[in-house]
Amino acid sequence: MSRRTSPVIPGFGLTLGYTLVYLGLLVLIPLGALFVHAAQLSWSEFCAIISAPRVLAALKLSFATAFAAAIINGIIGTLLAWALVRYRFPGRKLIEAMIDLPFALPTAVAGIALTALYAPSGLVGQFASDLGLKIAYTPIGICLALTFVTLPFVVRTLQPVLADIPREVEEAAACLGAKPLQVFRHVLLPALLPAWLTGFSLAFARGVGEYGSVIFIAGNMPMKTEILPLLIMVKLDQYDYSGATAIGVLMLLVSFILLLSINLLQRQIGKA
Amino acid sequence: MSIRRFALAALAGALLAGPAAAQTLLNVSYDPTRELYSEFNAAFNKHWQAQGNDAVTIQQSHGGSGKQARAVIDGLRADVVTLALAGDIDELYKLGKLIPENWQERLPQASTPYTSTIVFLVRKGNPKGIEDWDDLVKPGVEVITPNPKTSGGARWNFLAAWAYAQQKFGSEAKAQEFVAKLYQNVPVLDTGARGSTITFVNNQIGDVLLAWENEAFLALKEEGGNNFEIVAPSLSILAEPPVAVVDKNVDKKGTREVAEAYLDYLYSEEGQRIAAQNFYRPRNPAVAAEFAEQFPALKLLTIDQDFGGWQAAQPKFFNDGGVFDRIYQAQ
Repeated sequence: MSRRTSPVIPGFGLTLGYTLVYLGLLVLIPLGALFVHAAQLSWSEFCAIISAPRVLAALKLSFATAFAAAIINGIIGTLLAWALVRYRFPGRKLIEAMIDLPFALPTAVAGIALTALYAPSGLVGQFASDLGLKIAYTPIGICLALTFVTLPFVVRTLQPVLADIPREVEEAAACLGAKPLQVFRHVLLPALLPAWLTGFSLAFARGVGEYGSVIFIAGNMPMKTEILPLLIMVKLDQYDYSGATAIGVLMLLVSFILLLSINLLQRQIGKA
Repeated sequence: MSIRRFALAALAGALLAGPAAAQTLLNVSYDPTRELYSEFNAAFNKHWQAQGNDAVTIQQSHGGSGKQARAVIDGLRADVVTLALAGDIDELYKLGKLIPENWQERLPQASTPYTSTIVFLVRKGNPKGIEDWDDLVKPGVEVITPNPKTSGGARWNFLAAWAYAQQKFGSEAKAQEFVAKLYQNVPVLDTGARGSTITFVNNQIGDVLLAWENEAFLALKEEGGNNFEIVAPSLSILAEPPVAVVDKNVDKKGTREVAEAYLDYLYSEEGQRIAAQNFYRPRNPAVAAEFAEQFPALKLLTIDQDFGGWQAAQPKFFNDGGVFDRIYQAQ
């Protein structure tokens, strides 16, 4: 006699209802309002706004720097997670706690601190400028700020997955004659990749929308170091609400397409 | 949008239903007036109580002028607004219908009880020898000013440079060339005046900061005058930050009387003196004479006479496709 196993948390109707109300109030209505407002524009007006050279330059800059920052965090974050999970060393707990600090710190504070450090007269910036490298007020600076702000994502998504892979699996692979690189490629990578992609896309999405920290280090030169969220603020300061929503919609659409493709990629990997 | 209206109405209803406590006044202002209004609020409260009224709680809110105006339009219940430019208060009428169209005629001097101007802050000893606007377009001089698209103060900076060039060269085309050259010397466009001050003072970027006169004096006062000095150009613009009672809000809250008294008091001798002590140029001739030594005498143009008011200047220079956009697109 089979009995339906009852779920741990009772009340499917209640929880679903709660979730829908919650999602509706916090996510769907504000996003919907954005689209409704943008819909007041005619199609040609909308196209004119989003194809202005300044908007396109900012679009390229925002997505490229966010992508670069997510890649950097994908590498550094993996190493960090690996070190924290696999090794025991003095100060580990301290570093563990520090990882989340970029989330806790107001982003404006992070931006001002990074600018002070990396400006041509700053503590680090002066050495860079001796080498002929400008960090603050260039896309490199923007990338730096985004890397800082999105650091926790990859580390935190990889940690539990790494902790779940028993060391014996690696040892078994080694006993069967796999070289270290082969162990990484055939044993660890497939297990880590889905979580890594999640961390990567979170960092990427967060980076695209980041405003507070970037604004101080970017220099905000039109066509060169202007990010998309700043253009939205510029439009708002001209009381051009429709222009601002048009750019907002553009950002949402591009982000959505990119995140969706990452999700699809994840499913492909899961099947393989 | 109607849902938001409804939510705001519900919130407002809840607030109104509360017991009528002591009156509170919310003054929504722009960034550099923080010190001015903390001093003025205390003085006004004393004056208000001396006239036999109950003490009034005055709250201040500061931020970028445009952002503050938008907050009021979107439902922040300000009793009075004291912003950086008339253009921002105009939007309270245009977008919010919170005040009448002729708001600027309701108080003396086009509703600007104090004024300021744009001056240069340079590093001690003035190593680049910066004396006037001409020196800002020289190669190798780095100029720090915020982005006029996002900062009210930066719009005054831009117009001051423009006014100088137009007087000197006599044509708009030449003036545009001049400001384009000037902005080529700008390495960073911060979003607000405070951001530019941080860039110049703390991060040590640039040779000259275009600043509100009151901000420049304040920066000097705070750091003791060891690292910077003020240079007054031969010609600048009279920056007129206006004030207004927000009719719709005071009528709802029943605070019209105290709000109007608050703004009137800015024109009183004491109010004018407090403004002057905080490095704003007073309107009252007697008080102005008292502080004459503090403010360098320079030729000042006005937005209304020389630029046809904000209604004309904003779209011509700063809206999308305006002069400021063109000098960057030409590069």
